[in-house]
Amino acid sequence: MDARESEPSRAKNRTTVERKSERELVVTRSFNAPARIVFEAWTKPELLERWWVPKSAGVSLLSCEADVRVGGGYRFVFDFGNSNTMVFHGKYLEVTPHSRLVWTNEESEDGALTSVTFEEKAGKTLLVMHERYPSKEALDRSLAGMEAGMGENFDQLEELLVALRAPSA
Amino acid sequence: MSYKLNHMVQYSKAQLDASFAALSDVTRRGVLEQLGRADASITDLAAKFHMTLTGMKKHVGVLEQAGLVSTEKVGRVRTCTLGPRRLDEETAWIERYRQLWASRFDELDEVLEELKRKEKVDGRKRE
Repeated sequence: MDARESEPSRAKNRTTVERKSERELVVTRSFNAPARIVFEAWTKPELLERWWVPKSAGVSLLSCEADVRVGGGYRFVFDFGNSNTMVFHGKYLEVTPHSRLVWTNEESEDGALTSVTFEEKAGKTLLVMHERYPSKEALDRSLAGMEAGMGENFDQLEELLVALRAPSA
Repeated sequence: MSYKLNHMVQYSKAQLDASFAALSDVTRRGVLEQLGRADASITDLAAKFHMTLTGMKKHVGVLEQAGLVSTEKVGRVRTCTLGPRRLDEETAWIERYRQLWASRFDELDEVLEELKRKEKVDGRKRE
């Protein structure tokens, strides 16, 4: 998919995602760096903005503010092209240096509560991210939102499929 | 600041093209509509749409390629049902979500390497 994947580079660590329960997704990944460095990259806005939006995404980050302390807020503004911008915001509920971050996602009612733990072992860091949604429906909608965002073509196809599947009168 | 960014995740264009191609034909749309009401054999479908068995097999093949229909042969009868696209939806969504995080984390790897190098250099300076 991604051109960079075909480049001979050092082996990448595997990212896993699991739906732990009706309301919860868990993402795990290990990093070849000590926890204090990984934590730094998650908590300094000037570092966050360098990796949060993958180069392949075709989206750019207009601004990235993050006041990473308990009660502090964050605000990311993305440019999806054609003057479509989207703002993601929330606040940090827990900030424990080098080991744990918890924040809210307040741009919609379906927003999850996200917690990230950093666990260091022999110079490497295991990162575990939990996203707890307010309801099963909220998680379903968020996942389905991936497809809804795929553009007009997909929406048309989706409509057609729904229409085809509806019991006819 | 996470889930809606899945807008960025690449959608499989090949899958979309296959779906559109499959749906561009009036008979195939009719077949999907029919299967939405009840499963049917290829023979049933051929009769319903006044077609030869070979012709219907071709249409079903296209729908099957697009993941819109699946077929199973029991004895001498091949039965068609809707799917598996819908059934696999959640798996596909989760995979796309995983890809989003995987590409973010690959970029993060780069940042971490740079921070590690910097730390080493700074450490040497202090010595």
